[in-house]
Amino acid sequence: MTDEKKSPRESYHDRIVGIARKEGIGLPDLLVTDLASRLAALRASSAETTKVAKSVVERFRKASVDAHESVGIVAAQSIGEPGTQMTLRTFHYAGVAEMNVTLGLPRLIELVDARRVPSTPMMTVHVEKKLKADRDAVQSIALQIEVTTIPDVASIGTVVEELKVLVSPQVALMHARGVKRADLERALNENIDTRSFRLQNGAGSGEARAFEVHLVEAGSQPVRTKKDEPAEEMPFKKLLEASEEAKGIRIKGVTGIKRALIKREKDEYVIYTEGSNLEGVLEIAGVDAARTTTNSVFEIYKVFGVEAARAALIQEASRTLSEQGLGVDIRHLMLVSDVMTNEGDIRAIGRHGISGKKTSVLARAAFEITAAHLLRAAITGEVDELKGVAENIIVGQPITLGTGAVNLVYRPTVAAKKPAEA
Amino acid sequence: MAQGLSKRIKALQFAFLSPDEIRRMSGVKIITADTYDDDGYPIEMGLMDLHLGVIEPNLRCRTCGGRVNDCPGHFGIIELAMPVIHVGYAKEIKRLLQGTCRACGRMLPDAPPTRGEALADDSETPTPRTRESREERLCPHCHEVQQRIILDKPTTFRENGHKITPKEVRARLERIPDDDVRALGLNPRFGRPEWMVLTVLPVPPVQVRPSITLDSGERSEDDLTHKLVDVLRINQRLRENRDMGAPQLVVEDLWELLQYHVTTYFDNQTSGIPPARHRSGRPLKTLAQRLKGKDGRFRSNLSGKRVNFSARTVISPDPLLSINEVGIPVEVARALTVPLEVTPHNQEIAKELVKRGPSPPAAPGGGFQCGVNYLIREDGQRIKVMDKNSEACAELVAPGCVVERQLIDGDIVLFNRQPSLHRMSMMAHFVKILPHKTFRFNLCDCPPYNADFDGDEMNLHVLQSQEARAEAKVLMKVEEHILSPRYGGPIIGMLHDHITAAFLLTYQNPRFSRSEVTYLLSKLRFPVPPPAGTDKDGDFWTGKQLFSLTLPKDLSIEFRSNIWNRCDCPPTSCKHDSYVVVENGDLKAGTIDAKAIAFQKGAILDAIARNNGMPRARQFLDEMSRLSITAIGLKGLSTGIDDEDVPEDARHEIDDALHKARVKVNELVEQYRKGELEQMPGRSLEETLEVMVRRELGKARDTAGDIAGRYLGLENPAVILAKSGARGSMLNLTQMAGAVGQQSVRGERLLRGYFSRTLPHFSRGDLGADARGFVSSSYKHGLSPTEYFFHSMGGREGLVDTAVRTSRSGYMQRRLINALEDLKVAEDGTVRNTAGTVIEYKYGEDGIDPTRSFQGQAVPVEEILAQVLGRRVKPIVDAKGEPIAGAPPVSEEEMDLLAEAQLEEEGEEEESDEFGAPEEGPDFGGE
Repeated sequence: MTDEKKSPRESYHDRIVGIARKEGIGLPDLLVTDLASRLAALRASSAETTKVAKSVVERFRKASVDAHESVGIVAAQSIGEPGTQMTLRTFHYAGVAEMNVTLGLPRLIELVDARRVPSTPMMTVHVEKKLKADRDAVQSIALQIEVTTIPDVASIGTVVEELKVLVSPQVALMHARGVKRADLERALNENIDTRSFRLQNGAGSGEARAFEVHLVEAGSQPVRTKKDEPAEEMPFKKLLEASEEAKGIRIKGVTGIKRALIKREKDEYVIYTEGSNLEGVLEIAGVDAARTTTNSVFEIYKVFGVEAARAALIQEASRTLSEQGLGVDIRHLMLVSDVMTNEGDIRAIGRHGISGKKTSVLARAAFEITAAHLLRAAITGEVDELKGVAENIIVGQPITLGTGAVNLVYRPTVAAKKPAEA
Repeated sequence: MAQGLSKRIKALQFAFLSPDEIRRMSGVKIITADTYDDDGYPIEMGLMDLHLGVIEPNLRCRTCGGRVNDCPGHFGIIELAMPVIHVGYAKEIKRLLQGTCRACGRMLPDAPPTRGEALADDSETPTPRTRESREERLCPHCHEVQQRIILDKPTTFRENGHKITPKEVRARLERIPDDDVRALGLNPRFGRPEWMVLTVLPVPPVQVRPSITLDSGERSEDDLTHKLVDVLRINQRLRENRDMGAPQLVVEDLWELLQYHVTTYFDNQTSGIPPARHRSGRPLKTLAQRLKGKDGRFRSNLSGKRVNFSARTVISPDPLLSINEVGIPVEVARALTVPLEVTPHNQEIAKELVKRGPSPPAAPGGGFQCGVNYLIREDGQRIKVMDKNSEACAELVAPGCVVERQLIDGDIVLFNRQPSLHRMSMMAHFVKILPHKTFRFNLCDCPPYNADFDGDEMNLHVLQSQEARAEAKVLMKVEEHILSPRYGGPIIGMLHDHITAAFLLTYQNPRFSRSEVTYLLSKLRFPVPPPAGTDKDGDFWTGKQLFSLTLPKDLSIEFRSNIWNRCDCPPTSCKHDSYVVVENGDLKAGTIDAKAIAFQKGAILDAIARNNGMPRARQFLDEMSRLSITAIGLKGLSTGIDDEDVPEDARHEIDDALHKARVKVNELVEQYRKGELEQMPGRSLEETLEVMVRRELGKARDTAGDIAGRYLGLENPAVILAKSGARGSMLNLTQMAGAVGQQSVRGERLLRGYFSRTLPHFSRGDLGADARGFVSSSYKHGLSPTEYFFHSMGGREGLVDTAVRTSRSGYMQRRLINALEDLKVAEDGTVRNTAGTVIEYKYGEDGIDPTRSFQGQAVPVEEILAQVLGRRVKPIVDAKGEPIAGAPPVSEEEMDLLAEAQLEEEGEEEESDEFGAPEEGPDFGGE
């Protein structure tokens, strides 16, 4: 009897691979691993293992794609056809009820179009393993990520007669956002145009003490006044502008992240954000770069490269479809993503992307902007090799896929006895 | 030798026509703007000159001497008095002018880059390099100071504000040497740049622009002819004025007018100039318009073509047909033909067929007899076979002839329903000629075509060649498409009544008497099986037994039925009969419903298609259609409005629940008003209120539904429909019996209509349930007028949604198809495009065809394990080798045997070492 404490999994693994190799088939590792661990758990005998492996190899061979299969068209149909069954509306994201995310057909179109910025950018930020169960730690990371502007923590008012903008910090809000009075002051100092404004402390005490932004006397700076305009209106206007400007001042946070929410997921707290900035968020200490992700494929491309972008495309498309309850084989999505990322960057499906780059003049002309493509073909003296589908349909020949890709020539073994016809 | 081998165009070369070539290929020089004389005879050297080809039956072409059908048409020519710019190349000309020296024609070092692929971008953003300071550009070859060239759209060029005439433009382009032309991205072999300025205009043959004779005898000329007339007129005037030495201004005006006409002749939608119009005000359709767009030559006539040998009519169902068949009306069968090549072997049969003529009487048995519509002689002449001449035609039949025979049962045809969104939208069926005037097919074929019978029409095409028929038979038959490539499961399967019938047949295993069984099996070829037993009424058969008749004998499968309500009874003895056990083609337990046989999910169907092959799956579907349709005819099932009746008590209970919800909503609104509502993080107060109200009302609807649901049991026909998965859902039923619930537009409670209220029936700012579209009535009870209105609002959104969606997803699919159409799996398993670029090294990373996959999995691991290891599929030891509690006991003896067997085999491969490898990694035991 074998030692019960030792794992037989690997030997099962090797045995299956060996059998497959003998049959000339390379099985995917995931499949073999799964099979090996199952067999190990079942304590399958050697004979059984061989039988299972042979059977798997046989089934695998049977299920393989045929050469010349028009996988592109099948993929396009498999993704396009369920499009008619999808909803057009944006839905609440299942993860957080408070957040809306574009889903359904618009999202799919967005992915296929390779838009730089999705209509509802969103991130899922995971924190490092040691912090993930610590709600406070996660909360503080969330606060670092979320953009906090002055109106979030202070009320802004204008005192026209004294020509000043009053910024009164709200202690409760500041506390909730983890903002110190000093942060506020720094932000104001950094953003206010010192040529025309002066920062002063106002009424109140401690954290809640107000800031006053005074308009520097107009005389210190030459202002061209139009004749028909009363000069008094100018400082008022500037004041208004200043208060508007103050409302946009960012105290902290990662650019582009409008909101960050925390949600408990199994044994950890996860941050969901509205707005996306992968590069910025990854720089925050405590964020787990390996598990943090965004729904902006383009950001993933910029930060991690094409292969990651390809994976993100597949993931996003697959999520969009399955959320709608539409089963689409992942291979179709892979093919589309592979086509989109084939050149090393993300190309849209459509006239500005892949279709515009086709080698065949006729195929391009048949898709969109017909005349321009034909005119262009003439000056450069382009040659259409008639290798694709659309071109051959146009000239009236069998297409180059499937049965059209092969030729069968019958060569009689017995020479024809009949003399050649007159 | 080359017979049967077809020629293939290898490549197409695009190029310019040079003025010389245009002259050379021209049959006649056109000088007069007139077309026909008073007798309707084409005027010589006019636009309808007989040298251009003929379109009238009794004239001969002056160029080739051919008649209408032989003459392909010939080009003519218009010599332009002054050169004009070709609109399509204005931008290109600008690029060349800017990139070359204005004096010597040599290329300048900072020539703007080739537009090449940038063509796809309509946005004409000049690269910064070209825009930047070019105050002092000197030609490195002749030191000429270069000027900035502006293209005044569409066709005027300016240099420093001075117009450059097309003549000057042409002169400059002529100066560019060939090598520089090449460097600028053009190919002088196929077109010199100066040819972009036209000196001669080719006149297309009359076949391209036929004139139509109206009923009134009036002739109506083609738009192109109209445009050419304009060009000719102005050209003539320009020439005269120029030759007479008219003032420069006049000549220039005419020149510009000529430019306008030539421009619109090419493209009548050029931006920046008004389109040329017909007398009636309709813009003319000129060359570019003929090619462009959905109705243009490319998309309408080249990518898709009209065909013969096709038919279209309304469709209707016929459960007695096989899924592989299509019922065709006699009228259609008479009109569609299959070519029959006459050989010495079938000569006599062909003769007989021809003798019958085009409308033979019914066969002795009353069946359809095919006739012949045409006879094509060896010399290619088509003879219409009529009753009168059929005998004579029969005499002409000889080997080498082709007889166009009408359809007969068993012919293979293509059947299609638009929109053809996937390949299952067009499948091959075998013909079955039937009386009446619709196309008929088995209901199981509805899902792939997405067809129903509310007036849908479908198209049918008769294949004309042996290759086509062979391919259709192997690749396109309906049975080949039972499994969908989209998700690797059946797309053809039972639906609606079939499922109801299967449920009625198998749920709680009803008994059937001999007479019932004979009726049930009357549409099938099964012999009546031995009775399952005898009760007081005599022999009886059970429903499960009858269902089992359709199963293959080697089918074994277990799964949960659709009706499973998460009860935890032991599988084999489920009280609700919701655990299906099939052993060797025998249904032991469980109810057959949607989970077993429906399309998209049917487990039994899936298993048969995969393990027993497509023909067996087809047989199963055919037999099940027949069995289920007779079964539902026998058992009967009807549902009506009374099925949604609930007792008074329940009604009160529902009303109470709804009332409570309403009160709760009012409380929430009150809290909100007072500002006492606790704000949700990241939400405004209003949003918080909305979320909470919606949650409350949703709950209320569900409670109402649950209450109603308690009175809707499996004895209720409507519930049977919902629970078995045949049609409808429990939600539909509770909406009928309980409450309809909240109506929404754009995912929010209704709020639009009047100023701060939805309808004048409510007070302004009312945020309560009723005022914002909560429908508390049930469909059965009837909606109040306001509720009805709200319901319509929600309904309208759905309609608009559908309309918008179809066009959006249609365009997405067109783009997807266009982008991916050329991809195929190469011989080496890689996916490549036409350029030979590898897109994927292995299709789908594992080379598995999704159609043949097991719901996307490469191999059904569970199934194989079950097959090989028998029923011992539950793991008996965990990852650490400890026996798992509750696992089926394995005798010591068995264990020993297994282990021994293992050792033996492993030993010779020296892998026993690996048993000693330390245990690591996650647990990989079974579930």
